[in-house]
Amino acid sequence: MKKVLFNHAIKSIFFLNILLVILIVGFIFIKGYKIISLKFLFTMPYNSMTEGGIFPALVGTFLLTSLSIIFALPPGVITAIYLNEYVKNKHLINIIKISINTLAGVPSVVFGLFGFSVFVKFFGFGVSLLSGAFTLSIVILPIFISATIEALSAVPYSLREASMALGATKLYTIRHTVLPAAFSSIMTAIILSTGRAAGETAPILFTAAVFFQKNLPDSLFSPVMALPYHIYALMTEGTHPEKQVAIAYGSALVLIITVLFLISLAVFLREKRRRYVNFKH
Amino acid sequence: MLTLNIKEELNKTEEKTKIKVKDLNFYYGPKQTLKNISMDIYEKKVTAIIGPSGCGKSTFIRLFNRMDEFVLESKSEGEIIIDGKNILEKDTDLIDLRRRVGMVFQKPNPFPKTIMENIAYGLKVNGWKDNFQIETRVIDSLKKSALWEEVKYRLKENAYGLSGGQQQRLCIARCIAVRPEIILFDEPCASLDPISTAKIEELIMDLKKDYTIVIVTHNMQQAARISDYTAFFLMGEMIEYGLTKNIFENPKDKRTEDYITGRFG
Repeated sequence: MKKVLFNHAIKSIFFLNILLVILIVGFIFIKGYKIISLKFLFTMPYNSMTEGGIFPALVGTFLLTSLSIIFALPPGVITAIYLNEYVKNKHLINIIKISINTLAGVPSVVFGLFGFSVFVKFFGFGVSLLSGAFTLSIVILPIFISATIEALSAVPYSLREASMALGATKLYTIRHTVLPAAFSSIMTAIILSTGRAAGETAPILFTAAVFFQKNLPDSLFSPVMALPYHIYALMTEGTHPEKQVAIAYGSALVLIITVLFLISLAVFLREKRRRYVNFKH
Repeated sequence: MLTLNIKEELNKTEEKTKIKVKDLNFYYGPKQTLKNISMDIYEKKVTAIIGPSGCGKSTFIRLFNRMDEFVLESKSEGEIIIDGKNILEKDTDLIDLRRRVGMVFQKPNPFPKTIMENIAYGLKVNGWKDNFQIETRVIDSLKKSALWEEVKYRLKENAYGLSGGQQQRLCIARCIAVRPEIILFDEPCASLDPISTAKIEELIMDLKKDYTIVIVTHNMQQAARISDYTAFFLMGEMIEYGLTKNIFENPKDKRTEDYITGRFG
């Protein structure tokens, strides 16, 4: 009896969650789908943002996200390799892991302020693509490191042993056995980080994003428009809310579809890897 | 009986010692897992090491290719002399040692790569570049490990598509591709069915022509079937060591007899 009740409770909570997701996505879809067209995606906004498309915001988000991934990738992978393969002191690993998890829990607006004072002011990059990408890369770094550590530790020890027993050095083993075996999981980690970076608003609020731009960014030091900030700006500023709100919902729909697409891609890759390389050892 | 003994003695003197273990002690943290072990392992013979779980037999053979390097807080004393050199010394070239002393593990552990790449791995570690040479050696190793007929059309397929027994023979092929002098088998049939086990045993008997083989096994029938010499380990001590025939038919120690007759273990 108790077990049945418990099962029902779990089930209903599960469906409640699914319902919530459907509600949110559905709501945004209904409010935003009318405005979406190729023209909406690929034209500049005009008439003080009451007409036109979201092209510069799309480009901005794309640039910010890809740059932040490029910045986060090398230190992230190297840190994860060091922690998982080299550090033998368990206390040190725990301390670093706790720090990483804490960093992952810091509100992103704090990262925004940090980026503002360090990249914008101290290094003098100004409000720019570069400052924003650096700030975003710090936001995604802890998640990325954790996911990469998980990917590396999922590679069974017996493979490392096999490689070492053939006379390979540790570095050779990591390069030719561990990293290739962990590759698709690391790809998944990258894609999930991309989703996170694309959706973040607070870190770029003070460091990269601007309300409106006539032209596309032409250097690393020019400020950019970005989808999440664009939505925020449309809803809070401007003089024609009735027109702007529709555009905001359209932008939100584009953003949510992009992120959902990236997450599905990650899940797809993970399942594919499970099918082909299932480590039974 | 007498003539038999003389024959055995003669045999013994003819055999060349490949590995000489002298007063070997091994500690894992505060616990001593190997106690004062001394034995000679002969060239181009199969030496089986039997004993109940946790008796230190795996720990023992893992010292021969220095896989203890990865065990934290471990310490070894004594000597393991291979071709005149004590390999427990700090300055041992582990890469060269592991090329000369290959190992096949308990569970088949092929790399998640193609069959070809699996066997070429050790060659590439040793700096082989020429694809033709690598390919020739790969095919040769597959033939020697009795896997060639089964995989000759699927060398570019992932090794994970092979059955467990085939995977284990692939691991043997991978091991002999670098032409070691000694091959260590750490319970190679523990996870295999009887038919695959028979194939591996046959292969080991065949490999004896060219290699010195040390095999750890749980399975006493297996030791009796394939080995020339058998050592019985118990609680980190070597209780008895000698010709397999003698160990199984006429054990000197009561404990060996008890173990072999299945009274414990």
